[in-house]
Amino acid sequence: MLIDCPWCGPRSEREFRCGGEGHIVRPETPDAVDDTVWADYLFYRDNPKGLGYERWLHRFGCGRWFNVVRSTTDHRLAAVYGMSDPRPELGGDR
Amino acid sequence: MSGGRVAGGVAIDRSRTIRFRWAGRDYTGFAGDTLASALLANGVSLFGRSFKYHRPRGLLAAGLDEPNAIVQLERGAATIPNLKASYVELYDELYAQPVNAWPSVNFDLMAVNALFKRFIPAAFYYKTFMWPNWLLFEPLIRKAAGLGQSPKNADPDIYAQLSAHCDALVIGGGIAGLAAALAAGRTGRRVMLVTGGAHWGGRFAGSEELVESKPAQAWIASALRELADLPNVALHNRTLATGHYDDGLVALCERVTDHMPLADRTGARQRLWRVRAGEVILATGAFERPLAFANNDLPGIMLAGAAAVYLHRYGVLVGRQLVIATNNDSGWHAAVSLAKAGARIVAIVDARTAPPPTLLATADAMGIAVRCGAAPERAVGGKRVRAVKVAALDAQGRLSGKSEHFACDTLLMSGGWNPAVHLHSQAGGGLRLDSALQSFLPNPRDGILSLGGAAGDFSIDSTLVAARGRVTDPVNAPVRPIWSLSRTAEPDPLAWVDFQNDVTAGDIAIAARENFRSVEHLKRYTTLGMATDQGKISNVSGIGVLSQLLSRPMEAIGTTRFRPPYDPTAIGVFAGHRVGDGLVPRRRLALDHRHVAAGARIEEYGGWMRPVAYPRAGETEAQAIAREVRAVRTGVGLVESSPLGKIEVKGPDAAAFLDRIYVNTISTLKPGRCRYALMLNENGTIFDDGIVTRLAEDHFLVGTTSGHVAAIAEILEEWLQCEWPGLRVLTQDVTTCWAVLNLAGPKARDVLDALDSSIDFGAAAFPHMQHREGEIAGIRARVARISFSGELSYEIAVPWRDVDPLWTALTAAGEPHGLTPFGIEALMTMRIEKGFLHVGSETDGATQPQDVGFAALLAKKKSDFIGRRSTQRPDSLRDGRRQLVGIAVDGTQPAEVGAHIVGVGRKAAIGSDGWITSSAWSPTIDAPVALAMVNDGAARIGEAVRIWDLGRWREGRIVERCRYDPEGARLDV
Repeated sequence: MLIDCPWCGPRSEREFRCGGEGHIVRPETPDAVDDTVWADYLFYRDNPKGLGYERWLHRFGCGRWFNVVRSTTDHRLAAVYGMSDPRPELGGDR
Repeated sequence: MSGGRVAGGVAIDRSRTIRFRWAGRDYTGFAGDTLASALLANGVSLFGRSFKYHRPRGLLAAGLDEPNAIVQLERGAATIPNLKASYVELYDELYAQPVNAWPSVNFDLMAVNALFKRFIPAAFYYKTFMWPNWLLFEPLIRKAAGLGQSPKNADPDIYAQLSAHCDALVIGGGIAGLAAALAAGRTGRRVMLVTGGAHWGGRFAGSEELVESKPAQAWIASALRELADLPNVALHNRTLATGHYDDGLVALCERVTDHMPLADRTGARQRLWRVRAGEVILATGAFERPLAFANNDLPGIMLAGAAAVYLHRYGVLVGRQLVIATNNDSGWHAAVSLAKAGARIVAIVDARTAPPPTLLATADAMGIAVRCGAAPERAVGGKRVRAVKVAALDAQGRLSGKSEHFACDTLLMSGGWNPAVHLHSQAGGGLRLDSALQSFLPNPRDGILSLGGAAGDFSIDSTLVAARGRVTDPVNAPVRPIWSLSRTAEPDPLAWVDFQNDVTAGDIAIAARENFRSVEHLKRYTTLGMATDQGKISNVSGIGVLSQLLSRPMEAIGTTRFRPPYDPTAIGVFAGHRVGDGLVPRRRLALDHRHVAAGARIEEYGGWMRPVAYPRAGETEAQAIAREVRAVRTGVGLVESSPLGKIEVKGPDAAAFLDRIYVNTISTLKPGRCRYALMLNENGTIFDDGIVTRLAEDHFLVGTTSGHVAAIAEILEEWLQCEWPGLRVLTQDVTTCWAVLNLAGPKARDVLDALDSSIDFGAAAFPHMQHREGEIAGIRARVARISFSGELSYEIAVPWRDVDPLWTALTAAGEPHGLTPFGIEALMTMRIEKGFLHVGSETDGATQPQDVGFAALLAKKKSDFIGRRSTQRPDSLRDGRRQLVGIAVDGTQPAEVGAHIVGVGRKAAIGSDGWITSSAWSPTIDAPVALAMVNDGAARIGEAVRIWDLGRWREGRIVERCRYDPEGARLDV
């Protein structure tokens, strides 16, 4: 894949590390949540066929994390955006 | 009768004779020959034995689709198994053997398997050798079935890797590829044109075809001249595209020296290219299909197109007395070429009832017998075909009526053509069935263009138009699909579909009958399309047979997945320079040369080459370790600890950030103080430990274990960037900016006091767990008074380049005190004596802080940190978890790490209570010492236990972890 790093532009996937699903929200007060909620945060991930939200690190480059929307079927990148940017809505593809 | 050399052959140079050896006999060929063409020219028709039944086999194809003529090239370390004779270029003194033939290709003992063919059909082995255990039989079966021998020695060759970028990568050096490269090159785009073989021009090189009104060979030569003159075009032959990945990434394997005599080879044998192309143009041609009739695997039965290639490219006539069986026009063209070269065409047999009249007229003019609406029923012969029986086809495509006998020495067949869609499909391109061709075509896809045979376009004119960028819609005359020839609905069990894997149409029928009806299941059950050719010849025919058996359309059955590599590729070319010492860079300590000069034995620890110990003449390693431990315990020792991880964390929110990272509270630490701290992952598992130092209010030095620093530096950044982007903190891994010497022992302070320093090392001025910055012997230094040995100890960090003078100064000042350099093993022995945790030795993926003595620390902190919530799960809170304890082992030998701890009176079979995690001989207390993780260990101090290791039992006792100076008095001096 060519991944369009928001800071460096399109670079080979060999320079990156995939950090798994993006937009995982860490419970604000972990003490206050039950084991089910904590397990959901820790272990449970979507496994979509089609577009999926991921976070990637430009490990052998600028060292920055960013968000990616990628199709798990054909590896096409539908969106690349910063860590603090809102999650884009991508229609009924999922 | 068999074939031989005739006139022509655009690839060979008749002025250069090449001598070579095949199957124990000497032969000659010409420069430009392949092993296959040279052997054919010498009249050889038996090339090997089949995979499973050891049936005699000859050449079927002329390229890397060849399934039968599989050879073992060269001997010893240079040997390469499973090459196709049709793809091995001839060179002087080449040495090759057929594979899978024992004792010889002419007399093969395993050929007895063929007699039992009807008893060992598809999946026979799986069904028969189930009881008692398949694994018992597998080695024998693997020996009987199989291909070449893997080399036993290390690969003596070297391999290179390189990257390239271009606007257009054209794959395939035939007419389509040359035309596409010309069209792209003329516009000024950066073009790479690659072809897998040695020669350019593809299937039409040297043929009678006209290209833009020129004879094909003249057109090819002029195209190559023009391309060579274009500065923006690069041409690479012997360069096979093996993998096509996302976004225009293509892997090429270039065979740099494989075509040269062994003695002339220098440099890299092969090169792996990683090419990133704006556009990938696939001009990879097409593979011809065989016809499936009884005994269609006899030597002397060949693809018609392959026979034409042997004639045009190498000047080799594959036989003298030929029958051609076809279901499309191309078989007729091959017949005409071969007739002109001197072969006698006995008959052309076409499955179609009405072939084009022009073809009929040509055959008539040449006096060739023609049978339309007919097909071969059975080939007759032993080690070569002698005759073929031909019968008429009825409307359902079944053989019927009386069969006709044609004597021949060669039978050429063409069952239609399969576009080589492999690279298109590897990159995710879709496929569709073309009903005229009865094969799969590439669907359009951005950035990928298929041309010529690869696109199912078999017209030169139309291909030239498409190469210039115009959309064409090639029209092909429909072939008559005859996937398997028999007189009944049942396929013939002796009609081969996959020659390399010995799978017949009958085997496919067995699979279908037993409900292995998905194409992927069919492949695994029968091995159709496996092995070195990955079904280049057989895949589509197999789908065709299955389609007929199931009465389901081929497109509903679909293809198996195409995966890289396109052709078997040497592992060496993927490894490149990353072999032996090049596999992982060896990191050497700042004072590596000093350690070596001081007699250190160096070994790898976590990627770093570090002194194990410094044995003196006549001393064993164990004796040296004991001496070094005693020196530190009674005098003073010096060890280099440069690999210890050092990460600077700085900013107004640094303390708050580290509070969230560590189990400990870091914000309460005062500047100039150090604290031992524990880091978990979010799962509550101990991830790392180390010393955190507060250099200033907003500035921390995070110490990590040597092996973990890169991972921790990355994790700190991940939390900062992804979870807490609002925190104003910067991190920087400075591990290799600072070299570290650790001076340890009761006389350590005496050594430092003897040196000029701006730091006061007095016990009161510089207590344990504190940090000072200043100068020692004129060198800027960061000094931490911390200890992993249990003795008075100073960790002195200086800029990496300045450590040599520090070593000189310390060893000089230490000489009167008997300063002793010590290695990792002495340090580890001392930390086991002290019962200090070593993350990765004592801990595993389930170890939490409460298991290793930090329950109080965990309970004390009120605010959240990484992993805290996970330490509150029911399993974390339960009683009886494995806990870190000491083990006193009876006897004089240390226990084995990994040995199981078993309660007295219990047998190992009942279950283990835990295991030894660290173990050493302690020279300090003159006994073996060990640490262990034991179920409910903290409550079992004093209990006698048995220790089990690989069937040997020993006795011992659970004790406190710290076996030496438990009050820590030696640190407080």
